[in-house]
Amino acid sequence: MAKSGSSGTGGRGKGHSKSKEAEIKRINKELANIRSKFKGDKALDGYSKKKYVCKLLFIFLLGHDIDFGHMEAVNLLSSNKYTEKQIGYLFISVLVNSNSELIRLINNAIKNDLASRNPTFMCLALHCIANVGSREMGEAFAADIPRILVAGDSMDSVKQSAALCLLRLYKASPDLVPMGEWTARVVHLLNDQHMGVVTAAVSLITCLCKKNPDDFKTCISLAVSRLSRIVSSASTDLQDYTYYFVPAPWLSVKLLRLLQCYPPPEDAAVKGRLVECLETVLNKAQEPPKSKKVQHSNAKNAILFETISLIIHYDSEPNLLVRACNQLGQFLQHRETNLRYLALESMCTLASSEFSHEAVKTHIDTVINALKTERDVSVRQRAADLLYAMCDRSNAKQIVSEMLRYLETADYAIREEIVLKVAILAEKYAVDYSWYVDTILNLIRIAGDYVSEEVWYRVLQIVTNRDDVQGYAAKTVFEALQAPACHENMVKVGGYILGEFGNLIAGDPRSSPPVQFSLLHSKFHLCSVATRALLLSTYIKFINLFPETKATIQGVLRAGSQLRNADVELQQRAVEYLTLSSVASTDVLATVLEEMPPFPERESSILAKLKRKKGPGAGSALDDGRRDPSSNDINGGVEPTPSTVSTPSPSADLLGLRAAPPPAAPPASSGAGNLLVDVFSDGPAAQPSLGPTPEEAFLSELEPPAPESPMALLADPAPAADPGPEDIGPPIPEADELLNKFVCKNNGVLFENQLLQIGVKSEFRQNLGRMYLFYGNKTSVQFQNFSPTVVHPGDLQTHILPLAVQTKRVAAQVDGGAQVQQVLNIECLRDFLTPPLLSVRFRYGGAPQSLTLKLPVTINKFFQPTEMAAQDFFQRWKQLSLPQQEAQKIFKANHPMDAEVTKAKLLGFGSALLDNVDPNPENFVGAGIIQTKALQVGCLLRLEPNAQAQMYRLTLRTSKEPVSRHLCELLAQQF
Amino acid sequence: MQFMLLFSRQGKLRLQKWYVPLSDKEKKKITRELVQTVLARKPKMCSFLEWRDLKIVYKRYASLYFCCAIEDQDNELITLEIIHRYVELLDKYFGSVCELDIIFNFEKAYFILDEFLLGGEVQETSKKNVLKAIEQADLLQEVKKVIFKNKSFVT
Repeated sequence: MAKSGSSGTGGRGKGHSKSKEAEIKRINKELANIRSKFKGDKALDGYSKKKYVCKLLFIFLLGHDIDFGHMEAVNLLSSNKYTEKQIGYLFISVLVNSNSELIRLINNAIKNDLASRNPTFMCLALHCIANVGSREMGEAFAADIPRILVAGDSMDSVKQSAALCLLRLYKASPDLVPMGEWTARVVHLLNDQHMGVVTAAVSLITCLCKKNPDDFKTCISLAVSRLSRIVSSASTDLQDYTYYFVPAPWLSVKLLRLLQCYPPPEDAAVKGRLVECLETVLNKAQEPPKSKKVQHSNAKNAILFETISLIIHYDSEPNLLVRACNQLGQFLQHRETNLRYLALESMCTLASSEFSHEAVKTHIDTVINALKTERDVSVRQRAADLLYAMCDRSNAKQIVSEMLRYLETADYAIREEIVLKVAILAEKYAVDYSWYVDTILNLIRIAGDYVSEEVWYRVLQIVTNRDDVQGYAAKTVFEALQAPACHENMVKVGGYILGEFGNLIAGDPRSSPPVQFSLLHSKFHLCSVATRALLLSTYIKFINLFPETKATIQGVLRAGSQLRNADVELQQRAVEYLTLSSVASTDVLATVLEEMPPFPERESSILAKLKRKKGPGAGSALDDGRRDPSSNDINGGVEPTPSTVSTPSPSADLLGLRAAPPPAAPPASSGAGNLLVDVFSDGPAAQPSLGPTPEEAFLSELEPPAPESPMALLADPAPAADPGPEDIGPPIPEADELLNKFVCKNNGVLFENQLLQIGVKSEFRQNLGRMYLFYGNKTSVQFQNFSPTVVHPGDLQTHILPLAVQTKRVAAQVDGGAQVQQVLNIECLRDFLTPPLLSVRFRYGGAPQSLTLKLPVTINKFFQPTEMAAQDFFQRWKQLSLPQQEAQKIFKANHPMDAEVTKAKLLGFGSALLDNVDPNPENFVGAGIIQTKALQVGCLLRLEPNAQAQMYRLTLRTSKEPVSRHLCELLAQQF
Repeated sequence: MQFMLLFSRQGKLRLQKWYVPLSDKEKKKITRELVQTVLARKPKMCSFLEWRDLKIVYKRYASLYFCCAIEDQDNELITLEIIHRYVELLDKYFGSVCELDIIFNFEKAYFILDEFLLGGEVQETSKKNVLKAIEQADLLQEVKKVIFKNKSFVT
C-alpha cells in the first residue's frame, strides 16, 4: 500500500475511518520494514532483534495479524541478555502457535534455562510454560517441575513459579503430572517461612487434592494452623503481606477455599482451633473498620464471605450458620451495592440449609424490597434467586405474588427465568389448585411471550389429573378468554380445557355451549396453525360434549377455508373430523373423544427446563428425589403413529401436534422427513457429502432457455410482491456467501443440498434482466406443493420498490429426478442495496421444507461498460471529488493475486477496463454506467494490488453516495 | 481466574491475559461481547455480573477498565483487590501510571502481571517482592525507558 501512490485519491472518508486507515497504512509500512530487516543480508544484533520483535508484538496487540517473526523470537530465547530473553519469552507466550518445528526449538531453550541454575532465567522459563500451558509443554516438562518445586536449593521465587506452573499443566493435562513422593513435600510448603511460597503452594494443593483427597489429607491441620496464625496476628505483624490493615487476605481466602475441599476436621483439637478462627472472623466483622478505604473493607469482607462459604459447606454448626445469616442480613441493607449483591448471593445457599432456612426467611421483606428498588439488574436478579430459594409453603403466596408483580416490569432478559420459577413455586407449594391455575393464567396474561410450552403443558397436565380443580379451571379460562386481546397461549390453554371440561360450566347460560364455541371461534382466525389445529380438536370434542353444537361446528369444518386449507395438517383435521362427526355413531364418538386419561406423575418438565437454563444445582431447592431425567416433555409418551392416521385419535394427538404425519406419506417417511429438516438446518455441512454435481455438468444438462414455454404461457403471471416479506423466513446463514459467488458471474449453481439443487442462468441488458431458475429434485420422491416465490423487501422507509420482478408460477409437483424451470423478468427502477429474496417451499415425504436465499441480482448487474481515454477519466474522477461520492476499502487478498483473474472478475462485475490510464501498469481502472429506469449512475473504479503486502486498495467514485459504498463492498469481497 | 482484560473507555483493548486455552477467534468474540457489556453499565452499578457461566469482576480506574473473569467458587471481593493491587504495582513502577504507560510499555505491564499472577492464581502479593523482581531486570537493561508523565489514574 505504501507504494501505491496517492494521486487522485484525495478527499477520502473522514474522522474515525480516516485515522483507522492511517493506522493501517503506518502499520503495513512498519511490517514491511521489519520484514526487510529480518530478511536482510546483514545479521541483526540482539538489540535490534529485540526491538523489532517487540514492535511486532505491539502491532499484534493492537489487533493486527502477525505471521512472521517467530523464528527471531525463538532466537532471542537463547540470548544471554536478560531483557532480550524476556521479550523473546513474551512473544512466545502471546503468539505461540502449534508449529511443531518451533515448539521443539522453544522447548530446547526452556530446558536450557531451567537447567541454568540462574533463578531469574528459571523463572522466565517457568512463566512461559505456565502461560502457554500446552500439552506439548506438559509432555516435555511435567516430570521436571515437581523436582524443581521441592528441591532444597531452589530459590523462593523459583518455587512459587514452579508451583503455579505445575498447577497450569495439571489443569490442562492431569495425566501428564506424575504423583509421587514429592506430593508429601508439597503439602509441607504450607509451613514455609516465605508467605509468597505458601500463597502459591495453596493453590496447587487445592487443585491436586480434589482428585486425590486422601493423599493430601495432612494439609487440613497445616492449613488450619496457618490460618489461625494469620487471623490472630496483629495487623502489622506480616509487614508487606498486610494489605490495608488486613493480614494476608489472599492467603486467608485461599486457605479457606482449600478447607472447603474436605469435610469438617475429625481431630477435635484441629476442629476446635478452626471454629475459633471462624468465630474470630465473624467477630472482627463487628469491629469498627481500621481504615475508611474501600480496599480495607473489601479485603476484610472477602475473608468474611469465604468464611461463610466454609460454614455453609460444613452445614453442621447451627450457631455459626445463624451468625452468618445475621451478618449477611446486615449487608442486605449496606450502602455498597457490591456487598448487597454478595449478601443476596450467599444467602441463597444458606436458604437451603435446614439450620438457617428459617433465619433467612426473616429477611423476606428486605429482599422483596430489593427486587422492587435495586437499580442494577444484576442485583435484582440475585434478589429473585433468593426469593426462589427461601420459598416454602408458609410464604409461597406472598413470594409468588411479588414475583408476578415484578414480572410486569422485569428486564426482558430474565423474564423467561422468572416465569419458570413462578410456575415451579406455584405448583410445588399449591395448597389449593385454584390458586395454582390463577397463577399460571396470570403468568400467561402478564408475560405470555415468555411462557414456554413446558409451562402451559404442565397446567393442562395438572388440571387433567385433579378433578377438584377442573370446574374452576374451565370457569377461569372462560373468563380470561373474554378479554378483547388475549395471548395465544391463553387460547391454547382455554381451547384444551374447554374441550375437556367445558361441560362443567355449560349449565350457566352465560357460558352455554354455543357461547363457549363462539368465544373460542372468535379467536381462531388470529391464531397460528398449531393453535388452530388444537382448536379444531376442541371443536370435535364439543360435538361429543354438546350435540347441540354439531350443526354449527360441521358448518365451520365444511367451510372452504378449512377443507381446502393450504396447510395439510389443518386440512386433514377438518376433513377427518367432519367425516367422523357424520359417520360415527354417538357411542363411537363418545369412546373416541373420551376425556383424557390422567397423565403419569413425573418430575415437572419445567424444573428440567430451569436446570438446563441455569446449569446444575439451579433447581436444588426443589429436588424431591422423584426425578426422571429422561422425561423432559410432558407428552413424552405420545409417539406419532403413522399407520393409524385414518382413525383420528385426538385424545392421543392433542398435544402432539407437531408429530402428526400426513395421510399420503409413505411408511417410514416421517422419520426421513425429520432427518431432512435437520439436513436443511445445517445445510453447508451436509452439502457436499451426497452426490455433488459439478457446476459445469449441471449447467450443460440445462436445455436452452425457451422464453415462453407452454407451461409458462398457461400460468398467470404472479405479481412479485404476492406474499408479503413477513411470510418469508430469514435467509439461510450462508445466503450472503452464495450471493457473493454471483456478483461477477451470471450462471452457476446457486444452492445445493441433499434434496434440491437450484441453478441460475441470467442475462442483463440496460436496466432489464431475465433470469432462469432451474429447480432440480435430487431425490427419487416427488416434491409436493412446490412453490418458489420472489419478494423484494424494498426500501422500508419509502415503500418504493426499486425492482420490478415478474415471475411465472411453476408446477406444484416436481417428480423425483426431474427439473423445473422458472423465468423471472426483472426491471431495475432505481438503485438498490438489498437483493430480492427467493423463498422455496415444498413438502418432501410429508415434511414441510422451506428455504430462503438471496436472489443473485445486485446493482452491478445493470452496469453498462463505458470506454474512455485517460484524459476523460481523470476529468470525471476530479468531478466526483466530494467525500461522500467516494468509497474506499483496503483489504487483504483472499485469493492468489493473479492479474488475469482480477481482470476477468472486473469485467464480470460489469465495468469496462481501461488500459493506459493509471500510471502504474499494475493497477486496474474501470468505468461504467448503472442503468435504472429512474436514473443513471456513472461509476469509476480503481483497484490497486500490492503483491508484497498481499493487500488491495479499492476506490469507487459514483455520483450517488450509497451506490459507491455498496459497489465497493460488493467488489471488495471478490478478491 | 480465566482471563484478565484491560480496555479503555472507547473499547480499545490495552492488555489481555488468558489463563485458559482458547482460539484467537473465541478470544476476539469474548472480548467484543464483554467490552460491550461492561461499557454499557452505569457507574454506580455493582462490580460483579454473571456472564455465560463465569463471574465478571470489573473496576474502572480513570480511563481504563480492568476486567477479570473468575469461576463459580471464586471470591469476587478478593478479585476486586487483585485488580487494585495490580494497579498499585503499575503505579509504583511507572510512578503515577496512566493509560499511555501501559500502551507504550506494554511489555512491562505484562512482566509485572506475570510476577503477580501466574496461571490465573496469585503468586506473590508483596509489592516489594514483585517490584524487586522487575527492577532486577531493569538494572540489566541497556536502554533508558521512556515514561509518559500524565495524570495518574490511581485515586
